[in-house]
Amino acid sequence: MILDSNTKVLIQGLGKDGSFQAQKAIEYGTNIVACVHPNKKGLLFENKIPYFETAKDAVKKTRANVGVIYVPAPFAMDAIIEQVDANLELIVCITEGIPVHDMIKVKNYMKGKKSRLIGPNCPGIIAPNLKIKIGIIPGNICKEGDVGLVSRSGTLTYEAISQIGEAGFGQSLCIGIGGDPIHGTSFIDALSYFEQDKNTKSIVLIGEIGGTKEQQAAEYIKTHISKPIVFTIAGTTAPKGKRMGHAGAVISGRMGLASEKIKALKEAGAHHSDDPSKIGETLKNIF
Amino acid sequence: MNLHEYQARDLLKKYNINFPVGEIGITPQEIFDISKKLGGEVVVKAQIHSGGRGKAGGVKLCSNPIEAKNFANNLLGKKIVTNQTDSEGVIVEKLLVTKKTIISREIYLSIVIDPDFESPVLIASSEGGTEIEKMAEETPDKITKIPFDPVLGAKPYELRKLISKLEIPKDSARDFNLLVNNLYRAFIETDSTLIEINPLIIDDNEKIVPLDCKINLDDDSYFRQKELFSLRDKNQENPIETRAKDFDLAYVKLDKGNVGCLVNGAGLAMATMDVTTKSGCFPANFLDVGGSTDKEKIKEAFRILVSDENVEYLLINLFAGIARADLIAKGVVEAAEETSFKLPIIVSMRGTNSEEGFDILNNSKLNIHIAKDLGHAASLLSEINKANK
Repeated sequence: MILDSNTKVLIQGLGKDGSFQAQKAIEYGTNIVACVHPNKKGLLFENKIPYFETAKDAVKKTRANVGVIYVPAPFAMDAIIEQVDANLELIVCITEGIPVHDMIKVKNYMKGKKSRLIGPNCPGIIAPNLKIKIGIIPGNICKEGDVGLVSRSGTLTYEAISQIGEAGFGQSLCIGIGGDPIHGTSFIDALSYFEQDKNTKSIVLIGEIGGTKEQQAAEYIKTHISKPIVFTIAGTTAPKGKRMGHAGAVISGRMGLASEKIKALKEAGAHHSDDPSKIGETLKNIF
Repeated sequence: MNLHEYQARDLLKKYNINFPVGEIGITPQEIFDISKKLGGEVVVKAQIHSGGRGKAGGVKLCSNPIEAKNFANNLLGKKIVTNQTDSEGVIVEKLLVTKKTIISREIYLSIVIDPDFESPVLIASSEGGTEIEKMAEETPDKITKIPFDPVLGAKPYELRKLISKLEIPKDSARDFNLLVNNLYRAFIETDSTLIEINPLIIDDNEKIVPLDCKINLDDDSYFRQKELFSLRDKNQENPIETRAKDFDLAYVKLDKGNVGCLVNGAGLAMATMDVTTKSGCFPANFLDVGGSTDKEKIKEAFRILVSDENVEYLLINLFAGIARADLIAKGVVEAAEETSFKLPIIVSMRGTNSEEGFDILNNSKLNIHIAKDLGHAASLLSEINKANK
């Protein structure tokens, strides 16, 4: 992943929520250099950040290398494609409710392109050591530290962050990969980054019911990850066949069950927090 | 959203996919008349949003119109419980009557979105007629998966191989190719997440005939598929779930729980259910009130939770990022006063304006138990539950 002191962020989608989050990100220390809106060219956001008509224009003038998207779901696919065309290295899409057929098109379009996508339907990423926050994770609950966190959830990620803090640790980087069945960055991408990252000493993984991504992560862990991992899987009590909020959180086959995911990750040597309120405690116990 | 079989048949007709002749009826007399018109020997099928209806007594082969009428008489207005519904079951309000077909073989065919291929895939098996779940367990070797390429669609060479594996009669190979391509076109154009033809049969003339079908639409495509979403049958849904949906709340009713859960965020809502179970109680529901939550929405969520007679305690777990805890607290207090709610409420509230939120709750007359975090909430719940029993 590419957050560092040169990270320059572009924001697309500055409605009520997008504007609020932009302000919070600036307060946290994030270097936001551009806003994109088709009708606001020449204006300034909060009297300081320039608006551009397109992402391409913004990148040309400001050298932004990371984009964040708060555009409403019907227009989010277009915003992602626009940012891919603007050659942004990292695109974080917060938007919830993008039709899955749109995400199929996005993923197909991104093949062979240099951009990495995080999300959609995710809380974004935050790097407390660098004071960079891209997305909606509250900055005040994070602490500087060396735990890498990857999660399919939003508020359960905050819960985990808070538990990690209370257990006496902090975070190197938190990545919310999102609750949609088709998404950009996967567990495996995040794990691979954490394994290589010198500032990450241990990893917390938050999975949930539905799909087989946790099992794939387990396979990857067996051969590629040497750092200790703590994990929890949300939805052990969820019924079959019902969408539990997230589009991806539906148990449609045996592999989607929490018990199957727990088994796979345990076999890969990861430490299970069987109670989602004991993630911090489990982390503490392995050190 | 699910479509009924008869709605799916009508929809697929526009894509040149034709099912055996049939009509829908809502009274026993109508079923009698349709059966007579179709020549007497018919299949009568309950139109419900659930699989497994055959085993649950919702499908019958009738040899004459009187038999069809009697079957309708016993079924219309009643609820069917299948292995896929909850214990209450779903109501039968419409019956589909189709002409009987001679089945020599049954094939399974569906298109779903596969998160691993990140594309739609065709799933086929020569062992049709049963649930795909069962096939995956019992005869996994017979299942073929073919991903659709966004540009090429289904590749002809892969379909050729499939046709030979499924032993489709030579004269029907072209029909099979057309069927797959038409299904794919329908799948894309309707924003479907599942189109299932089960079974696709080979009849006594060696022709392939789709017999039953199921379509699920992507709820997130509502903004561009309004016409299809107008086919929604609210009577097939749990009424509380429908009410929640109208307020943009993600709610799922669970069987026999005693703790009403009010949470923001889907992952945290699931985790809250899991923790509740560990405390010796059972969650009555999944409820995600969402991110940018306003007071009215919270009040409605509260009303929905307390309308469940099994609920003995409320567990409110909030981690306010975009949402503001004080507004949520206000909503809870107002709704509780409105419904004269007296039962214990365990609250864990963190994030934006949570201090103000606690003040509001503490100054109310509610039976509030404040927890400092999720784990503490679970132990409070456990203590209160023990003291109660």
